[in-house]
Amino acid sequence: MEKLEVRHVSKAFDGRSVLEDVSLTLREGELVCLLGVSGGGKSTLFNIISGLLKPDAGQVFLDGEEVTGKPGKISYMLQKDLLLPYRTIVDNVALPLLLRGVSKQEARQQASALFEEFGLEGTQTLWPSQLSGGMRQRAALLRTYLFSQNVALLDEPFSALDTLTKSAVHEWYLAVMERIRLSTLFITHDIDEAILLSDRIYLLTGQPGRICDEIRITQPKPRPHDFNLTPEFLVYKRAILERL
Amino acid sequence: MTRKLPNTIRRNGPALAAAAVLLAVWQAVCSVGLVPGYMLPSPIEVASALVKDWPALWENAQITLQEAFYGLALGVAIGFVFAVLMDAFDVLYRAFYPILVITQTIPTVAIAPLLVLWFGYEMTPKIILIILVTFFPVTVGLLDGFRAVDPDAVGLLRSMGAGRWQIFRYLKCPSALPHFFSGLRIAAAYSVVGAVISEWLGGFGGLGVYMTRVKKAYAFDKMFAVIILISVISLALMALVELAERRCMPYRHLREKS
Repeated sequence: MEKLEVRHVSKAFDGRSVLEDVSLTLREGELVCLLGVSGGGKSTLFNIISGLLKPDAGQVFLDGEEVTGKPGKISYMLQKDLLLPYRTIVDNVALPLLLRGVSKQEARQQASALFEEFGLEGTQTLWPSQLSGGMRQRAALLRTYLFSQNVALLDEPFSALDTLTKSAVHEWYLAVMERIRLSTLFITHDIDEAILLSDRIYLLTGQPGRICDEIRITQPKPRPHDFNLTPEFLVYKRAILERL
Repeated sequence: MTRKLPNTIRRNGPALAAAAVLLAVWQAVCSVGLVPGYMLPSPIEVASALVKDWPALWENAQITLQEAFYGLALGVAIGFVFAVLMDAFDVLYRAFYPILVITQTIPTVAIAPLLVLWFGYEMTPKIILIILVTFFPVTVGLLDGFRAVDPDAVGLLRSMGAGRWQIFRYLKCPSALPHFFSGLRIAAAYSVVGAVISEWLGGFGGLGVYMTRVKKAYAFDKMFAVIILISVISLALMALVELAERRCMPYRHLREKS
């Protein structure tokens, strides 16, 4: 079943084309990556998928239902965690529920129930400034999850983390995804990250943004720790580099 | 030894020492007779005037405080409404912001007598003057706060289906709190000074009226006493604002606690 489908989306700003005929699909439980240079219209595409921007042409479907230009269906997560400094972690995470009209008490309960799953136990009453970068990203992810069950749009979510934290977060993310049956569409400019995490990779060329190729990473999950040192990994990497 | 001094003493020690030295010099100048007593009362004389005159001072202070309180409350409320409207409608911002700035360039001493002529000697003209001087810092502070909100955070809330009101309630309002409080602290200080000035320029009671009376009587010791009282009241109000700030924004004072 296709969780998310983008059909022939185009967008121009002031006559300058930013996205041209972009189509992609995300199946249930899949992790799909959009890989491309910065300024390639990736963030514009995310704004269109989340409904914040209307495309000039094309449509977006979630679970078969058209959601083009309708915010409030799919949320996203940025490199900045955007946790609000004046709300405790649990109140930050529960925010999408409050926006939907769930009572404060109920929202806190629902959010708290997932803290352990996301490795956040014991942080409920802390302030965002008291958490490390990795923990803040986990909280941001939980917030995204509480909003749009099962689909996550992630815009370079881990690129602000240092290498060691990053690889720990990668591993954790894949494990969580598996357990909560999350489908993920992921933007990155980090080729290694894309190959490590993805089931499929869409290659996006810049100006205007067009999908020029789709690469399937057939290595089964969970992938070994040293996958990025294997010859297969390098084959993928070479193929991607040649096309970008 | 010095290392073991409590934090508060270490931090405020220099200020206290400087004040003590200044007071001592002032007292010495008066005691030696460098300046005649009727022109500059000594600190001890001022203190005794403060104590002796306390009932009258306190009675007038209550009037001033009342004016300051009403004026400040209304000023803050009006400032809040202005800021919200100007933030929501850019046309209003462009139309009225210059006018608001101009209202702040009008000297209060010039407008207070006019207000007295228009509204009489009672409390109304005083409260209006205080509103005029207090709404502005609140409006500007809030506007800055609203405008400093991260557009990405607005986008995030919109993507979660938040409407304008929800964005205001969950994002803009709480984000603007620190800016609001810096405006409020200034407004609180202005409110007392504004009350005293407008009483000075026409009224039946209050510390400003008391000041004009003791000035006419050349009672300089009482004059100094009332000045000190006004300073203390202003400081107390600012301290109250700071207390409210800490209550409302505990997350901004985490490091100091630990």
